[in-house]
Amino acid sequence: MSRKVLVVGEVRDGSLRNVSYETIAAGKTVAEGGEVVGVLIGDAVKDLGKDMIQYGADRVAVVEDEKLKSYSSDGFSQALLAVIESEKPDGILIGHTALGKDLAPKVAAKLDAGLISDATAVESAGEHVVFTRPIYSGKAFEKKIITDGIIFATIRPNNISPLEKDESRTGDIETVDAGIKDLRAIIKEVVRKVSEGVDLSEAKVIVSGGRGVKSADGFKPLKELADVLGGAVGASRGACDAGYCDYSLQIGQTGKVVTPDLYIACGISGAIQHLAGMSNSKVIVAINKDPEANIFNVADYGIVGDLFEVVPLLTEEIKKLKVTSA
Amino acid sequence: MNIFVLLKRTFDTEEKIAIANGRIQDDGAEYIINPYDEYAVEEAIQVRDAQGGEVTVVTVGNEDAEKQLRTALAMGADKAVLINIEDDVEASDQVTTAKVLAAYLKEQEPDLIIGGNVAIDNASGQVGPRVAELLGIPYVTTITNLEIDGDKATVTRDVEGDSEIIETTLPLLVTAQQGLNEPRYPSLPGIMKAKKKPLEELELDDLDLEEEDVEPKTKTIEVYLPPKKEAGKVLEGEITDQVKELVQLLHNEAKVI
Repeated sequence: MSRKVLVVGEVRDGSLRNVSYETIAAGKTVAEGGEVVGVLIGDAVKDLGKDMIQYGADRVAVVEDEKLKSYSSDGFSQALLAVIESEKPDGILIGHTALGKDLAPKVAAKLDAGLISDATAVESAGEHVVFTRPIYSGKAFEKKIITDGIIFATIRPNNISPLEKDESRTGDIETVDAGIKDLRAIIKEVVRKVSEGVDLSEAKVIVSGGRGVKSADGFKPLKELADVLGGAVGASRGACDAGYCDYSLQIGQTGKVVTPDLYIACGISGAIQHLAGMSNSKVIVAINKDPEANIFNVADYGIVGDLFEVVPLLTEEIKKLKVTSA
Repeated sequence: MNIFVLLKRTFDTEEKIAIANGRIQDDGAEYIINPYDEYAVEEAIQVRDAQGGEVTVVTVGNEDAEKQLRTALAMGADKAVLINIEDDVEASDQVTTAKVLAAYLKEQEPDLIIGGNVAIDNASGQVGPRVAELLGIPYVTTITNLEIDGDKATVTRDVEGDSEIIETTLPLLVTAQQGLNEPRYPSLPGIMKAKKKPLEELELDDLDLEEEDVEPKTKTIEVYLPPKKEAGKVLEGEITDQVKELVQLLHNEAKVI
């Protein structure tokens, strides 16, 4: 059953986020041979349309307006609804990011549609499209379908592989007029807390610290290891509660749920609430002084030892590897 | 100020999950107020104490949620409302919950509605924005600070670590992110007082709703546990050798670096 599917691209610092390419790949599955139409919303985003096409979109609908320079639920929902109105799609997919989480439920309510949030996999099965999503922060999973109306889902970053970029692909990039009306919530200022480094939800490698890091300074060797690996630094609730780091780094059932390729847990005991946030990572390394720590039960590789000894050695060893393989 | 808190009863974060007959087992599980909704309760109490008014805590569920509502009353909320849809609705999803809440709230003339940004069980994060849309009011999700001056609100929104300072107006719906405040524990006098505070129970009928008005649009067809991870390899020997071995394993065996 072929479908027309809208995939909303997300622009950050002038380029598309990876999750947008992953969502296009998900869109292909939902479309089942039908058309994948990329949607770009912003003040000057049309040039990115070709990127969506090279990653698999058949064509792109663009809504540009001064008022769409930064994200707002009012502005972006008006823009997306205008595209929905003109395209009449069978499905809509958005990345499950701060933007997608904020925008999708509003648009779903407006359309009186169901919405499946935070999907990690998608497959077509007969007349339905089946989405897999974690519940209880990954302690369990559910498979879910839309039973009535438009197929609408948000796609978790870092779980669905994007298609190969194909520079020979071409498609129409057309502007849709949305006539954006006044916004009720205006962003006055953006304070960049994590201006350096990689975003946790999209990081391929996460080096995470627990109570064992003992202080804010204790995160320094972890940061150095993360930098060598091109990864991000995370933390357990214990470390956040103790004031060693900001809550925005917290991984767990309260906090972020992450699924990087490599998760290095340093001085983390492995409380259930933390495991819920990271145990679906592809490869887990545990470094802990306590051989009985629960974290070793989910780790692929473990080193029993003092993180302040092990982590700097690991950083040096990986630097050497990078030199030899370069 | 007329303040409403949207609250959900959830499994304790330390609960393990077991499945039988295709369902999550809840026998003997410990329940709590969804941790993000606890921030919402605390914020509502603080706003009321600063601005005057009343805090009403609302939940959609069954009578088991009474305990969590009483806890919110013990923290300092003034009234609680349990919208019990157990007998009226066979299946539900976020569409159901949002429509039920919106039907109730539209009669209440709320100035401020606060919920958690996500529930730690189903984690859809949909109900807040859906309710705001159904009520036709602005909303801001994942907030870490809220300042109210007359009918204006200045809100700090957490956006994946960055903070946006947003100006908007009441009536307003916001959803709480960790860091918004430090929720208080109920005090003993608070617990005593909570027993006498009003807890109203409503059904669909009281909201002029029929089951077909709030039909879900999604359906769960399977629930399962993630494949159990086998305990991995704990390395041995001198630390320096272990580190070398680890790097080789990550490079050659796991192929992640």
